[in-house]
Amino acid sequence: MKDHAQLSETFNEDEPRVNWHDETLWFVRQKRDKAAHGIPEWEQLRETASQIKNNVLSNLSEYLVQFEEQAKQNGITVHWAADAAEHNKIVYGILQQNGVQQMVKSKSMLTEECHLNEYLKEQGIDVTDTDLGERIVQLAEEPPSHIVLPCIHWKKEEIGVLFHKHLGTPEGNADPQLLTHAARLNLREFFLTRRVALTGVNFAIAETGEFVVCTNEGNADMGAHLADVHIACMGMEKIIPERKHLGVFLRLLARSATGQPVTTYSSHFKKPARNQEIHIVIVDNGRSKQLGRADFRNSLKCIRCAACFNTCPVYRRSGGHSYHTAIAGPIGSILAPNLDMKQYADLPFASTLCGSCSNVCPVKIDIHEQLYKWRQVLVQEGYAPAAKTAAMKGMGFTLSNPGAFNVAGKAGRWVVKNVPFLVNNRFNAWYKQRDMPEAPKESFTEWYKKNKAE
Amino acid sequence: MSSRENILAAVKSNQPAFVGAPVIPHFAQGEINLVEKYGTVLSGIGGKLYLVETHNQVLDILQTDFFGPAKRVVSNLGYLSAMAESYTSDANPHSFKNVDLFVVESRLAVAENGAVWVTDQEIPQRALPFITQHLAAIVHKNDIVATMHDAYDKIANFDYGFATFIAGPSKTADIEQSLVLGAHGARTMTVFVVG
Repeated sequence: MKDHAQLSETFNEDEPRVNWHDETLWFVRQKRDKAAHGIPEWEQLRETASQIKNNVLSNLSEYLVQFEEQAKQNGITVHWAADAAEHNKIVYGILQQNGVQQMVKSKSMLTEECHLNEYLKEQGIDVTDTDLGERIVQLAEEPPSHIVLPCIHWKKEEIGVLFHKHLGTPEGNADPQLLTHAARLNLREFFLTRRVALTGVNFAIAETGEFVVCTNEGNADMGAHLADVHIACMGMEKIIPERKHLGVFLRLLARSATGQPVTTYSSHFKKPARNQEIHIVIVDNGRSKQLGRADFRNSLKCIRCAACFNTCPVYRRSGGHSYHTAIAGPIGSILAPNLDMKQYADLPFASTLCGSCSNVCPVKIDIHEQLYKWRQVLVQEGYAPAAKTAAMKGMGFTLSNPGAFNVAGKAGRWVVKNVPFLVNNRFNAWYKQRDMPEAPKESFTEWYKKNKAE
Repeated sequence: MSSRENILAAVKSNQPAFVGAPVIPHFAQGEINLVEKYGTVLSGIGGKLYLVETHNQVLDILQTDFFGPAKRVVSNLGYLSAMAESYTSDANPHSFKNVDLFVVESRLAVAENGAVWVTDQEIPQRALPFITQHLAAIVHKNDIVATMHDAYDKIANFDYGFATFIAGPSKTADIEQSLVLGAHGARTMTVFVVG
C-alpha cells in the first residue's frame, strides 16, 4: 500500500492544480480568521470549550449513561456499537426491520470511518448521500477528501462533466449555480421517496437526551423530517454536559470551519415526531482506547471543524486522499494511529510540526505536539519505515563519533563537488523538488584550525 | 457482557480523574443596537430584513412587494389568513412538497449570527421551514438577543420535541467555494422585525 509521501507525489504531479488547491483552502482559512477576529472573546471561548471537553472526557461514562436515560425517556431507541462492524450491522438491522432497501444519508464522518456505504452496498442497500459535496464524490465513486468540503479537490468543469453524465445537465456547463440547482431537483426526489434517513450528530446533550445536527444545505432536516425512521450515528465523544454549553460550541464551530457566524441550520432533535422513529447509535470504535492514552486523549475533544486541515501547509499541498483514511489532515493523523499503528504509521510524519493546527483549533487540542509524540511511539513500537530507521541510526552513530563525523563530512563535500550524480538522483528523497547548495571547500573545524594562529 | 456494558466499563477505567465543568463567562457585548446588528448580519448571510410596525404591514409586503398571487402559501398566523392556507400537525409532511412560501413567527432571534429560533410549538410540521421554496419569519424587536449564550439563557430548559436555529437561506459552497443560495432547504429567507 502506498504511504502519504508516495500518494502526495501523485497529487504533486500537476503543479498548477496543487497551487489552486492550496489557495482555495487558504481562502477558507482567511475567512475563518476574519470571523474569529470579529469576536473579542474568541480566545476565552476556545479556553472554555476546551475545559468543557476536559470535563466531558473525565466523566464520559456517567454522561453516556445520563444521555441514554434521557434519550430513552424522550422516546428514542439507543444502540451501542463496540466497533465499525457492529455499527454497520445495527444500521442494517434497522433497515431490515422496516423492510427498506433504500436510504438517504446526510454527512457523517463516523459512517465514513466505519465504511458503512460499502457494507450496505454489499447487502443490496441503495444509499444516497445528500450533501452536495458528498453526492459529487459518491457519483465519482471516491471517498471525500475533506471532512467539511468533501469535493474540494474537484474543479467545477469536472463536476460539470460528472453531472452531465449522471444528472443530464447541459454538456460543457460548469456554472456552480446551475449544477447546484440540478442536484437540488434531483435529490428532492430521493428525500420524498426514502423512508429511512441517516444523519450524523454534532453534539449530544447528556442533560436532556437531545442531539444537534448542523448543516448549511438543509439536507439533514429534509431527510429526517420526510422519512419514517431517522437513524443518528455518533462517536461517543460527541457528548456535552448541558444544553447551555451549545452556546459555546455553536459560536465556535461554523466560524472555525467556513468563517460563517453559524451554520444555516442547527437542528435540535429531542423526541420523534408523530408516527416517526428515532434511533441513536453510540459508537466506540477505538475511542475508549484513545481515552486511556494520556498523551493522545485530547484528540477526542475534536468537533470536526477542519480548521486544522485548511491551515496545514502539508494538507493544502498533498490533498486529502494522500492520508488514506476517512479523517485526513492533522487531526486525522493523530486519530488514525490509534486505530491501526501499522497502517497509519506514516501519518504523524506528514507534518512540518509548525503548530498552526494547534493555534486554530477551537477546542485547543495540542495537535502538533501529539504528532511529535506519535512519532516517538511509532518508532519505539517498531513501526517506523525501514529506510528512516536506518538513516536515523546512521545519523545517530555519526553525530556521536567525532572521528566518523569528520570522515563523513569530508567524503560528503568531495562527493557533492566531484560526483554529484551519486547523491543527486531519483533514489535520494532529499533532492526531490530542491537543489543542494554548493558544498564548501572545508569544514568549520578545518577553517578554525588554519586560522586560529593568526 | 453486551457491547453497552463493555464500552461503559472501558470508558470508566480509561477516563482521567474528574475535573469539573467551567462556568461560562459572561461575555458582555457593550452598547449595541441589536436590530441594526441583526440586520447587518442577516444580509451578510443572504437574508432580507424588513422593519415593520404592525402585522398588517407584513401581509401587505408579502402580498405586493414580495410575492405574486397563485402561489401556495402556508401559515397558521391569523393575520395572514387572507393569503395563506393553514395546516395541522397531523398532515402528511410530503403534502407540502409544492409549498412556495411558509411564514412563521419566532420568539427568539440572535444578533451575532442572524438566526431565528423555532420549536415545534411554532412549527408543528417540522418539514415546513425546510421543504418550502421561500421562508419568512416574523420576530418582535424585543426578542432579539446579542449572542448564543443569551439565546440559551432564554431557551433554558424549555421542553420541545424538535427545535432549530435558522440563519438565512440554505446554501452551499461545495463547488469550488462558490457560494450558491438554495441548496436543499429554502432558497430565500425574509425576516420581519416588528415593533
